[in-house]
Amino acid sequence: MNLLFSFFDWLAGFFGNGENWSGPSGIPMRLLEHLEFSALALALAVLIAIPLGLLIGHTGRGGVIVVISANLARALPTLGLLVMFVLLMGTASSLPVIIPLVLLAVPPILVNTFEGIKGVDPDLRDAAFGMGLRGPQVLGRVSVPVALPLILLGCRLAAIQVVATTTVAAYTGLGGLGRFVIDGFATKDYSSVVGGSVLIVLFALVVQALFALAQRVTVSPGVSRRVKVR
Amino acid sequence: MITFDAVTKRYPDGTVAVDRLDLEAPTGEITVLVGPSGCGKTTSLRMINRMIDATEGRILLDGAPVQDIDPPTLRRGIGYVIQQAGLFPHRKIVDNIATVPHLLGWDKKKARARAMELLERVGLDPGLAGRYPFQLSGGQQQRVGVARALAADPPVLLMDEPFSAVDPIVRTSLQDELLRLQAELNKTIVFVTHDIDEAIKLGDRVAVLRVGGKLAQVADPKTLLSDPADDFVREFLGRDRGIRRLQFISTEGLRLRTDMTGDAAGPWRLVVDADGRPTGWVSRERPDELEPYGTFVRGRDPMRSALDAALLSPSGCAVAVDEDGKVVGVATRETLDEALAEAADG
Ligand SMILES: Nc1ncnc2c1ncn2[C@@H]1O[C@H](COP(=O)(O)OP(=O)(O)O)[C@@H](O)[C@H]1O
Ligand SMILES: [Mg+2]
Repeated sequence: MNLLFSFFDWLAGFFGNGENWSGPSGIPMRLLEHLEFSALALALAVLIAIPLGLLIGHTGRGGVIVVISANLARALPTLGLLVMFVLLMGTASSLPVIIPLVLLAVPPILVNTFEGIKGVDPDLRDAAFGMGLRGPQVLGRVSVPVALPLILLGCRLAAIQVVATTTVAAYTGLGGLGRFVIDGFATKDYSSVVGGSVLIVLFALVVQALFALAQRVTVSPGVSRRVKVR
Repeated sequence: MITFDAVTKRYPDGTVAVDRLDLEAPTGEITVLVGPSGCGKTTSLRMINRMIDATEGRILLDGAPVQDIDPPTLRRGIGYVIQQAGLFPHRKIVDNIATVPHLLGWDKKKARARAMELLERVGLDPGLAGRYPFQLSGGQQQRVGVARALAADPPVLLMDEPFSAVDPIVRTSLQDELLRLQAELNKTIVFVTHDIDEAIKLGDRVAVLRVGGKLAQVADPKTLLSDPADDFVREFLGRDRGIRRLQFISTEGLRLRTDMTGDAAGPWRLVVDADGRPTGWVSRERPDELEPYGTFVRGRDPMRSALDAALLSPSGCAVAVDEDGKVVGVATRETLDEALAEAADG
């Protein structure tokens, strides 16, 4: 009861404090930093992993490489990489944060895209080729729409991991929502810790909701079977 | 016309799927490739639209070697229907049918109108146009597959066991539908099946292949049944080859008796209504009871129907009728026997 009371107290203290809403360490700025790091990392990962996954899945060549490299990348400790890149490159740019985040985001997107395209029913591809679609047309007009739920799943998993890990980027002195938590612990400012955590959770939820929306809009009802059977 | 000229297909692993095949599929006819599983039917079919390339020999399409045509261009001019329909799950039925017209750059409206026309042509409710494939039954999907293959009005249609995955009743109706369509469209069709009954029902010409991809015999169904080239073909045609042959023997020359109606004296008398249509048989023993009868249309129905009609009735006789259903005579055991004996000789 007491704890719950303090929780709301801290929350009110954090969000009610006008100073927290402006300046380089205010909520809008931190939110923007968080968004920038995660969006940039995710965008780069998508640009690398989706074309690669499509190509390998479509041609059926190099599948082993995908799985091996994905597992290798997964085994890398992101936090360790983060610290290493910051030590090597300093904090003048956001690059030392972006690189490990991209490495983190590529495997789920790559593997799911590859598996999605590879898993398209061979009869379906056969019919598509048999009607005179060319290779890229089969990929773009048939395989991708059919594999889209898996491709989006890969992106969503990557986004969740990136958003969560960006929080940790604060350890290295770079910005983002994690700063509220880390700085708050350092200065025993618990309303900052609690407020920051709530912001992080909300941010992750919004990202999830966006992906759910994207899925609804882009996946054909014929694939998701989201149509009433009359 | 499609011509196989000494075509051989050897797969990279050394399997010879088709061995020096010489075959012609005449324009406007249904040519059926039939044979046991693994005899090279699918491989032969897919070499026509270059889904597979021949190792040796040539395939000519109206005299032009298919090897000289860019595969996607070639395929857009050849309808292709496969066993699992292979409809695009993310596209509505109408868009599935319009696939090739879209590829050929038809105007959107025209492609849609054509798709709607075909939907009806293959016996589907136009209300299905806006549905997705998963909302259709297997038989309906297969009809859409046929409509899709016909969309750009290609002169040639390749069909690989298109009706094998549906239940027997649906299969029969799909076969009848194909024959009806073909009577209107006169496509050059190459149809692959492992089912000899289907081959005999659909084929103008039937090519029997044996494992190893060698042609065993090619003939019209009637000749195939009466003169199998060797033991393999005879075996493949099965035990009821004789019964099946009756399908191809005409009832045109069947001798009929016309003295069994009215107040005929024999053990069985055929009762006919005022319009001359049959109502039933009456026996001498029980003159008050009408017994069942079976009919066949003389000249149009084959001998198999006449025999079937005879077996349906306790009288042992088949009632011959004209196209309007009016009685023209009766085929008795004796007259059927005569016809069968003649068929066995010829
Ligand atoms: N891609 C392939 N590689 C190697 N062998 C194959 C391939 N496709 C088919 N075969 C073999 O070629 C033979 C003919 O196959 P197929 O044309 O599919 O026969 P059918 O359609 O009559 O059942 C079979 O022995 C089959 O195992
Ligand atoms: Mg086959």
